[in-house]
Amino acid sequence: MSQRQVLQVFEQYQKARTQFVQMVAELATRPQNIETLQNAGVMSLLRPLLLDVVPTIQQTAALALGRLANYNDDLAEAVVKGDILPQLVYSLAEQNRFYKKAAAFVLRAVGKHSPQLAQAIVDCGALDTLVICLEDFDPGVKEAAAWALGYIARHNAELSQAVVDAGAVPLLVLCIQEPEIALKRIAASALSDISKHSPELAQTVVDAGAIAHLAQMILNPDSKLKRQVLSALSQIAKHSVDLAEMVVEAEIFPVVLTCLKDKDEYVKKNASTLIREIAKHTPELSQLIVNAGGVAAVIDCIGSCKGNIRLPGIMMLGYVAAHSENLAMAVIISKGVPQLSVCLSEEPEDHIKAAAAWALGQIGRHTPEHARAVAVTNTLPVLLSLYMSTESSEDLQVKSKKAIKSILQKCTYLPALEPFLYDAPPNILKHVVGQFSKVLPHDSKARRLFVTSGGLKKVQEIKAEPGSLLQEYINSINNCYPEEIVRYYSPGYSDTLLQRVDSYQPLTH
Amino acid sequence: MATLVRLQARSKFVAQQYYFRNSVVDIFRKKEYDAAVKIQSWFRGCQVRAYIRNLHRVATIIQKWWRSYSGRQEYQLIVKFASCAMKMNLYNAMAVRIQRRWRGYRIRKYCFNYFYLKEYLKAVSETNDAIREALEEFAEMKEREEKKADLEREEKKRDYQARKTHYLLSTKQIPGIYNSPFRKDPDPWELRLQKAKPLTYQRSKVKQKRCISLSSWLACTSARSFPRSEILPPIDRKQCQGPFRDITEVLEQRYKPLEPTLWVAEPISELKVAREEFRRQEWMRDVNDNMISKLYYHHLISSQSTENYIQKLDKLSKVTFIFPGRRVPLRI
Repeated sequence: MSQRQVLQVFEQYQKARTQFVQMVAELATRPQNIETLQNAGVMSLLRPLLLDVVPTIQQTAALALGRLANYNDDLAEAVVKGDILPQLVYSLAEQNRFYKKAAAFVLRAVGKHSPQLAQAIVDCGALDTLVICLEDFDPGVKEAAAWALGYIARHNAELSQAVVDAGAVPLLVLCIQEPEIALKRIAASALSDISKHSPELAQTVVDAGAIAHLAQMILNPDSKLKRQVLSALSQIAKHSVDLAEMVVEAEIFPVVLTCLKDKDEYVKKNASTLIREIAKHTPELSQLIVNAGGVAAVIDCIGSCKGNIRLPGIMMLGYVAAHSENLAMAVIISKGVPQLSVCLSEEPEDHIKAAAAWALGQIGRHTPEHARAVAVTNTLPVLLSLYMSTESSEDLQVKSKKAIKSILQKCTYLPALEPFLYDAPPNILKHVVGQFSKVLPHDSKARRLFVTSGGLKKVQEIKAEPGSLLQEYINSINNCYPEEIVRYYSPGYSDTLLQRVDSYQPLTH
Repeated sequence: MATLVRLQARSKFVAQQYYFRNSVVDIFRKKEYDAAVKIQSWFRGCQVRAYIRNLHRVATIIQKWWRSYSGRQEYQLIVKFASCAMKMNLYNAMAVRIQRRWRGYRIRKYCFNYFYLKEYLKAVSETNDAIREALEEFAEMKEREEKKADLEREEKKRDYQARKTHYLLSTKQIPGIYNSPFRKDPDPWELRLQKAKPLTYQRSKVKQKRCISLSSWLACTSARSFPRSEILPPIDRKQCQGPFRDITEVLEQRYKPLEPTLWVAEPISELKVAREEFRRQEWMRDVNDNMISKLYYHHLISSQSTENYIQKLDKLSKVTFIFPGRRVPLRI
């Protein structure tokens, strides 16, 4: 055989391999093919192709493996069990940027499914090579490496600690400063995943100087980047007061408020999450937010979106109002209460309603002024109906009961209390009648109104055990009125009168 | 004996008579006895009653006196307590007045400034309004920008469309489809076609993904990752059919960095620049700007005539050496 013919055989084989691997990579993009591929034993076929001589075949094989592992965790486990990872890690260090990107993609795809798989990746020493990839000049490689590190660190604190110990954080902070938007996004998301587990990890991220860069990037017009940046800042700020203060010192207010007006829903959600995490620590931080006009912005943001997006904003209002009565008054004058009552009535989900009920309770529990501001908007009947309805979840019932109790204990606005006399359960009725007994002795107009609106009649109809608190309250109410009126309104009085008519003998002279 | 018998017979009768005469008296005796008992009991009863009456009277007097005494004591106690209570009430009321004033003063001065709170709340609501307005403006601005960007994109698309279909333009002979003779004026698309420049066939440009400046490379420390050119060649380049050189050689040649020779590296306007430089140096150096004074100066130095000198100067400025094929400027 001539030399050319011999070489032709080899060329054919190479062409066949290239075609096979390219087709597999293409088929793996569609989920319906992956089952078939798995049953056909594609893993064991792709493994030797990773060690192929031709670099193109290696890269495409790695890409195909990555797509397969991405699909579900059985395939990812097969990748781990097939001892492919050490080979990948070894060649990550050697090969060119396309192979590095594909290998980092495989590591990401394997690591994203579960902590055990991520631990397997860490165990074969992939973290050091990934960190070396973070230093590469090609932004695509950096992006792939940062993505893989982010997915590994996402699962739990030990894995995050391993990522940090490999020295990824300063490099990620450098990646954030790169001009490419995609790289910035991924690096911000990785930092967010690292810092969300514990205060020490968040402190490590802060020590690398991440906050200043993240704060600058809030002004960037790209919405996906803003999502990740705001999420990272909120994960850092949520752990402790010091971290929250450091985030605030980076001068994010009032710029963050513009993010509340963004078109993208998740940017709004993450921005309100960030503000909530800052507000919940101390009254001073909440005061800072109130002074910067944050409460109004959050209230507008709540008004403009629906569903789960509203939840962090509602909780933020609750946290701010919980700290002190001045802050609660600030929430009230920013027109927060009507907005919260709208949320309470129109949201279908129970956990959002529970959050709104809790927030209203925090606002109204401080002084009679606050309780009046809440009662005027007619939210108390809604809260009562939520408490009484059997469809509400337990959490919602508990929270609405607490809110009603705390508001009622301070409420002196009688027109809002009157409906409660009619349809409240006994444990709440006790508080309502107690409030009446506190207010009526001092206010004559209220007494008159109480009689004319039928409240006195209703009070007489309440059956209470003698000696209980309820009976005492009823007695103190009855003492505010002359005896004839009390007797007139007592139940069965018309019957006794009629009986007297029956038994009366007219005087005959 | 007979008397004895007579007496014995009479004894029973005597016994009976004796018994009956005694019993008659018994009845009277009982009656009298009962009467005496009754009188005596009544009299004794009266005695006792009188005695008890006396006792009652005396006891009443004693009790009366005792009760008045103890009542007076109680009354004095009551009065004492009532007066104490009144005094205490007065003191309490006065103390309440003082405390009320003091507490109000203390709270207002040291703890809580109501007016400051009101001012603060007003300031907060004003800030809120300002922020709301600013955010509204911001949102409007963003919308306007988006709309503008959309319009521009539309415009660009239409322009590109017009450029691609420029052949639909009407000519003198044949009216185009947008310029139907039955219409009053041509379709606006016709005018767009007239304005559009036809597209020329261009090979699709290699997309320059990014231009990496040298400074960003300094951040990476690995020696392996320092490239020699901006764009790496694509990997799966097939060998072109025909008498072509090896692709690596070609690329080497293509991407060889420029190493100009010293002669080529000179700029074109070298002569002019050099002259300017010379003139500037002279201007700095000379005291007087006049040509005549220069001549005079040189005349002083050298004993040549002015014409000769002027000629020499002329020659000096005009002469150029001519090499075969190229003009090389003279460096003065």
